[in-house]
Amino acid sequence: MSGLMEEMTNKALARNIPMSVQVDLTYRCNERCVHCYLDHDDHGEMTTAEIKHLLDELAEAGVFILTFSGGEIFVRKDFFELLEYARRLTFCVKLKTNAVLIREHEAARIRDLGVESVQISIYSHRPEVHDAITLVPGSLKRSLEGIRFLKSQGMKVVIANVLMTGNMQDYPGVRALAAELGVGCTLDPTVTPMMDGNRSTLQLGADPATLRQVFRDSSLIGDVDEFCAIPAAPDEGTMESLPCSAGHTACYVSPYGEVFPCVQFPLPTGNVRRQRFIDIWRHSDRMNDVRSIRVKDLTTCPECTHVAHCTRCPGLAYMEGNMRGPSSQDCEKSFVRTGVPSANMLSKQRKAANLVQIQTMPALATA
Amino acid sequence: MSRIYVARNPKVAARSLDGEMMIMSGRDSTLFTLNQTATILWQEADGTRPLDEIVTRRICSEFDVDPATALRDAEDLARELEGHEIMQISEAPISPQRSAAGGSR
Repeated sequence: MSGLMEEMTNKALARNIPMSVQVDLTYRCNERCVHCYLDHDDHGEMTTAEIKHLLDELAEAGVFILTFSGGEIFVRKDFFELLEYARRLTFCVKLKTNAVLIREHEAARIRDLGVESVQISIYSHRPEVHDAITLVPGSLKRSLEGIRFLKSQGMKVVIANVLMTGNMQDYPGVRALAAELGVGCTLDPTVTPMMDGNRSTLQLGADPATLRQVFRDSSLIGDVDEFCAIPAAPDEGTMESLPCSAGHTACYVSPYGEVFPCVQFPLPTGNVRRQRFIDIWRHSDRMNDVRSIRVKDLTTCPECTHVAHCTRCPGLAYMEGNMRGPSSQDCEKSFVRTGVPSANMLSKQRKAANLVQIQTMPALATA
Repeated sequence: MSRIYVARNPKVAARSLDGEMMIMSGRDSTLFTLNQTATILWQEADGTRPLDEIVTRRICSEFDVDPATALRDAEDLARELEGHEIMQISEAPISPQRSAAGGSR
């Protein structure tokens, strides 16, 4: 984040203004990615008029950065109508898409409408790996064509590469492909449970051994010794700090109008079909509960070696059962990075040890 | 001196945060913030009114400032914003199609 953006975000935080909102226009999709956390059936998406009304409310609330995501945004027939409306309200619009439906015409319209950037999911530089994840033959070819159309229009494009067991070895190839295409590239080893709580997708996540390899790749993380060092002890500022921006300067709206603190934090706080967005943002008890949490209020984490440097996601913690608790995935990352188990991991080990402990029966001891 | 007209570039993103205008350039995503008087100029820049009229009606009426100095400062600012491609300047009125369709809240 640039210095000025950070300054403005801090101002937004102080004034309780939602600086950034992600709106998922649909959960329908033209791909079937094996790790996806969504139910792709349409259970009653917001209409064009409802979304336009929401956009009016978001602008009124002071939202500056608006991310349109899904599902696949281009499966909505009114997508460009909504995009045009959003840009008329002068949002800084970012798009997340698989780009399969972006051809020359769509790329030109995206440019003409002044979209800030387009993030595109690419899982591998090899069709047999990428297409095996999307379950759509030919999808890598189509996505790459979409990227090239956007680049030819001068658009800023970023490849998002989710790292899983099935594609972990391909990230250098994806990064090389991004460089060849002249686009950015982000890697993310986070696989989330499905929104209904089903955790079966987690088994697709990168295993510790391959994650360790990533965390020691200096081309990715810079100074390996610094990145993997045992963290310094936390100071008072750490304990008073906010766990993340979810619910503070950012939130998420689903295609059904539900407002959540973040796309990865499915705590329902209200629905814009029944309430004004600003009323949910300001007055929802649940949103204010999320907002009240400081690092010192967390269970287990304040005593953890990693507390000052952990990437703990409160949404993942919520999906584990307690938004004030640890996020095991992030504990795992901290452990893989430094070799030091988290307080949560040690606690679980103690509990497991208690479960399997075999005590000598008195009768046997005296036999 | 010929009159100039100013209009917001429709490619930018903009939002007022507690009276301070945030503007993101459509060219390179650089973020700018405008002070109170620059924000007034931005909000009035719809391409239909000449800059000197905006300065007289909205700036000189609200701030204790010499009109000639205010106009010179406003022109300098408009040209700087034009350089960043966040404002358009013309010696003729600028049509709404070429300028931002709506003011920034």
